[in-house]
Amino acid sequence: MRTVTPAPERPVALPDDGTARDRAATRPGRLRSLGATLWPPTVVFLVTLGIWLMMSYALLSEEQRFLLPPPQQVIEVGFLQWDNLKEILEGLWSTAQVALTGLAIAIGLGMAFAISMSQATWVERSFYPYAVALQTIPIIALVPLVGFWFSFNFKSRVIACVIISIFPIITNTLFGIQSVEGTLHDLFTLHGAKRSTRLWKLQLPWALPAVFTGFRISAGLSVIGAIVGDFFFRQGEPGIGRLIDIYRNQLQSEQLFSAIFFSSVLGIVVFWAFGFVGYRLIRSWHDSALRP
Amino acid sequence: MTPVPSEVVGVSSDHATRGPIATLGFESVSKTFPDGTQALEDITFGIGLGELVTVVGPSGCGKSTLLRIASGLLPATSGRVALRDGSLGYVFQDPTLLPWRTVRANVELLAELHGVSESHRRRLAQQAIELVGLRGFEGHYPKALSGGMRMRVSLARALTLKPRVFLFDEPFGALDEITRQRLNEELLRLLGIEGFSALFITHSVSEAVYLSARVLVMSARPGRIVSEVAVPFPYPRSPHLRYDPAFAEIAGRVSMALQEGFR
Repeated sequence: MRTVTPAPERPVALPDDGTARDRAATRPGRLRSLGATLWPPTVVFLVTLGIWLMMSYALLSEEQRFLLPPPQQVIEVGFLQWDNLKEILEGLWSTAQVALTGLAIAIGLGMAFAISMSQATWVERSFYPYAVALQTIPIIALVPLVGFWFSFNFKSRVIACVIISIFPIITNTLFGIQSVEGTLHDLFTLHGAKRSTRLWKLQLPWALPAVFTGFRISAGLSVIGAIVGDFFFRQGEPGIGRLIDIYRNQLQSEQLFSAIFFSSVLGIVVFWAFGFVGYRLIRSWHDSALRP
Repeated sequence: MTPVPSEVVGVSSDHATRGPIATLGFESVSKTFPDGTQALEDITFGIGLGELVTVVGPSGCGKSTLLRIASGLLPATSGRVALRDGSLGYVFQDPTLLPWRTVRANVELLAELHGVSESHRRRLAQQAIELVGLRGFEGHYPKALSGGMRMRVSLARALTLKPRVFLFDEPFGALDEITRQRLNEELLRLLGIEGFSALFITHSVSEAVYLSARVLVMSARPGRIVSEVAVPFPYPRSPHLRYDPAFAEIAGRVSMALQEGFR
């Protein structure tokens, strides 16, 4: 790139990565590439739909058809009949409240825990082995105990949700903080940085990509946790997990499919939202795996 | 700027130095790590006011340990380091930039850590950025810069506090030869403008000879100073000095001393 001339070094600065990509993708090119991205999943979708139809009509007899109702029937009963849809959306909203409350608590508690472990070795040495051990035991087995102690309502569902979603936040935040390069610590030491300065200006920003990876994993888990909570704790308005159980019992498979669909959407939206926020926050300086 | 570590006390007049007044002096400094490795043995030398002294030595000979002790990051096992005034600039092997900060914000970091007001540190940063030739790149993030430019940012950051003594820990070791030579020339230009004293660690003989008034040659571990080679060329030095036979002769002497240090 450079020749041996005494001219001062004029290195080329690379443009910000986002803008460069946007500029590169001109309109016709972008359309063509969008088409190229879209058609393979479209084909898979159509093939799946075909198999579904075939199984509903060819493989299942009339009285068995509730096991896999054909797609148009699912859409009609599960999505277009307002009473059914209303019930499902209300359940979804109740579950979403549990999931988001649980996730918020998990983020607050998990980060506080990770930060205190990073700041005091004795905290880490005392608690980290348990944090790891708790991750390896089947956490769902603890959930009935929660109901036993805290009654079978919203509170318990939130607690179940927190228990299930907190660990990725603790481990990712701690990992992020501990991966700060040693020479950067030296730099802060040389200039007499206080512990809090070091935390705010070095450790937390450095950990941010890892923290958001943790948020994203936990976001998915919080929805799972909320649905598990619905299964176990049935007081108060029914969440979507409760509805799924009811539909299964009453062989209402169209609504069952619809409820499964909407709970998946909730999981995807929460997961994607955190990926998006994280990506927006760090894309200017970090080559991130968080790209949504 | 740097908090004065406990080993660093006011300069004493009796230690060895060539310069008129020593700004940084090592007196019989030895370092043994807790695992028993002896890194440094009886290091004694001083750096005069405005003098640039380089230390060359095989890798693993304790060159970086020398700087860590000088800066107070690491205590010496015995001996002492004398620093005339408390201000030290430290330039690391890596640029050690904060990737989430722009060039400007990175350069402002040290002044920020020392509680300098925002408007004042802005001004200090702008001066330093212009001094290292990075005007126009203030808003760039480190990931968009070349290795040479990142090192310039690192230099600018150290310059903001106007230290009187600089410690350089093989700052250009990871750069290609051409970039390294350009930055060597820039460094001498900065030395001419700012008039700081410097202790410069390198494993490149030609870099050592080109930059410094004296080259100290260290032996393999435990690191001792086995030879001192004076470089008589006056400053400012032209880039063409590198092709001068007298330059080659001095570089040859340094290389020979290095070879002997291995035995």
